[in-house]
Amino acid sequence: MTAPTTTPTPATVDAAAAPDEDELLAHFDALIAGGETIEPRDWMPDGYRRMLVRQIAQHAHSEIIGMQPEGAWLTRAPSLHRKSVLLAKVQDEAGHGLYLYSAAETLGVDRADLLDALHHGRQRASATFNHPALTWADTGAIAWLTDGAAVINQAPLCRTSYGPYARAMRRVCQEEAFHVRQGYDLMRALCEGTREQKEMAQDAVNRWWLPAVALMFGPPDTEAGGADARTAALGAAVSRRAMAWGIKRHTNDELRQRFVDTCVPQAERLGLTLPDPAIRWNEERGHYDFTPVDWDTYRTALGDDTHWARGRIAHRLAAHEDGAWVREAAVAYAARTDEPAGAAA
Amino acid sequence: MSAAREGAPASWEVFLRARRGLAHQHVGSVRAAGPDAALAAARDLYARRGEPLSLWVVRSDALHTASPDERDPYFAGARHKPYRYPEHYAPLTEKGPEGEHHE
Amino acid sequence: MSTTSDVTAVPPGSPPGEPPSAADPDLARHLTCLGDDALVLAQRLCQWITRAPTIDEDLALSNIALDLIGHARTLLSRAGRLDGTGRGEDDLAYSRSEREFTNALLTELPNGDFAMTVARQLAYTHYAVLHYEALTHCADPGLAAFGVRAAKEVAFHRLHADRWTVTLGRGTPESTRRMQRALERVWPYTGELFEENDVLRRLAASGTVPSPAALHDTWLARVTEVVTEAGLAVPAPSWSATGGRSGLHTEEFGPLIAELQSVRRQFPGGTW
Repeated sequence: MTAPTTTPTPATVDAAAAPDEDELLAHFDALIAGGETIEPRDWMPDGYRRMLVRQIAQHAHSEIIGMQPEGAWLTRAPSLHRKSVLLAKVQDEAGHGLYLYSAAETLGVDRADLLDALHHGRQRASATFNHPALTWADTGAIAWLTDGAAVINQAPLCRTSYGPYARAMRRVCQEEAFHVRQGYDLMRALCEGTREQKEMAQDAVNRWWLPAVALMFGPPDTEAGGADARTAALGAAVSRRAMAWGIKRHTNDELRQRFVDTCVPQAERLGLTLPDPAIRWNEERGHYDFTPVDWDTYRTALGDDTHWARGRIAHRLAAHEDGAWVREAAVAYAARTDEPAGAAA
Repeated sequence: MSAAREGAPASWEVFLRARRGLAHQHVGSVRAAGPDAALAAARDLYARRGEPLSLWVVRSDALHTASPDERDPYFAGARHKPYRYPEHYAPLTEKGPEGEHHE
Repeated sequence: MSTTSDVTAVPPGSPPGEPPSAADPDLARHLTCLGDDALVLAQRLCQWITRAPTIDEDLALSNIALDLIGHARTLLSRAGRLDGTGRGEDDLAYSRSEREFTNALLTELPNGDFAMTVARQLAYTHYAVLHYEALTHCADPGLAAFGVRAAKEVAFHRLHADRWTVTLGRGTPESTRRMQRALERVWPYTGELFEENDVLRRLAASGTVPSPAALHDTWLARVTEVVTEAGLAVPAPSWSATGGRSGLHTEEFGPLIAELQSVRRQFPGGTW
């Protein structure tokens, strides 16, 4: 069982002599090496805790900000069936954000602080969602490509070393299985439709391929993946640290390759063209080649400091500020009913 | 760990019985101002699929806990007592010195 | 088109065990009213998503909207058979003009602040649950089964509305003021929910649906209990809005329907 989110009441037990840091670290390393999970009230190195908070928070923020491009199409979904599906998907994203905030809170941070950090630019969501969803087909392309990338990224996280994160991710991955499938299904319906519908589908893929392939996996971290030596070294250092701690299990570039290998045959089945002329099967490697995501490509894909990047945060902040009086009312009401008799029975 | 922020809704641990025959299992936490709101939030968050049988919410600060790392004495007693386990003893199929020899 | 609901799962025609899809225009009109209520309210709730006061509330409102769309799909597809036109749920949702929608004006009211939405939910859920409970006694087994399911789902939406009405009513001075103002704004639109008309009179006479007047007393007693618990006053509006049931809507309704239908109308002959 997970330890509670906030500090429980300490019991009065004579503490054994506090073990020194080396001993604690050795115990921690042994747990990681043995493939055991680290649980909230275990001792852990500060760097491990910080890396987790940053990663889980960014992931949670991405789920919440990621609701926006698709959420904008809820009112325009072209059939009641598609409307239900999209609503269920956007709702799952809210849910996944909340599972992850809950996991982050076991590390001793407060979700209100995390949201505050998102609202004021101290923490970020994935830049993938800095791109606009311009047509209905974008909702399909996002689900098929972006969620498809997310699943590849996230599947290994179900075995990440931090227990609450791994458990949240198992829940997320189970639920996300339908997201990719319905995205593919939506695109297939468009490809089987009128010429205009198919054009809309192709246009959406043209715009969402790069954000998915470049941004969902993080910056390049191997020279083979397209980074120059210095970048690869830097990226690899971060990845190595995360992998040593069992937070990550693969390099960014490994997962990116896996994504390309998955998507190419799917695109062929749909009759859509992925917008990268370099994509071709490499018999020798047993993988598809594709244009490496070098730093320039990565920077281009970021879409930072654009109308949309600013807009996503402004939208989120406006909702938060407009709702302040509601949240205050809920707390005030609870405080009132907590008093004498009405307390939580 | 961080103290509750002024005016922030309380944290609640959520326990779900997903199927008949299972105990309630801890599934995560929600933030909510009061117990009814916590239960509703837990329902929307952790019971969107399947047909869950029962849901509990417990204020996180109402849990009284212990774990070996913090309070070794609580758990030390469980170790080094092999005689609590059946493997400590001779199997029931084992023959005594005077036992009959079958076969 | 995909059909997942229990009622629509039966293809049109003369399936075994189903009452013949003989036209029943009165019941068709009643079901269209209920279906349009659910669809239009769901459309309004969809406008909240990513804008709610908390992320938990994004989740709660989308759960409610999802149920409402489910209700609309069942009710509209059933109506399309009973009116003899054979139209499906999407034909009715996406191909009618705004003058052909018969939702009550209450359901199309703009979201306003969160208190407005709560007040609208309070009035609607207490009303809809009564109609769905009545459907459980319907002679048509498909509709009766739908009534059982929908009544349970709306009963949960009603809990949500009740809880927020009381929370805002007894929260802070600002929330009390906003909640009372919201009730005042919404209340003139509740009268239309209980209007008598020839269709309903005939259906009530045949025992298919209860008479609206009878439902009104129960509705008023229940919402009064909630509003009183919230420390607020049940409004006594000096006027009552009407028109939705006969296709005379508010000016805000046009954009709502235009948005709903825009993609589908943009791609004639499309498949979705």
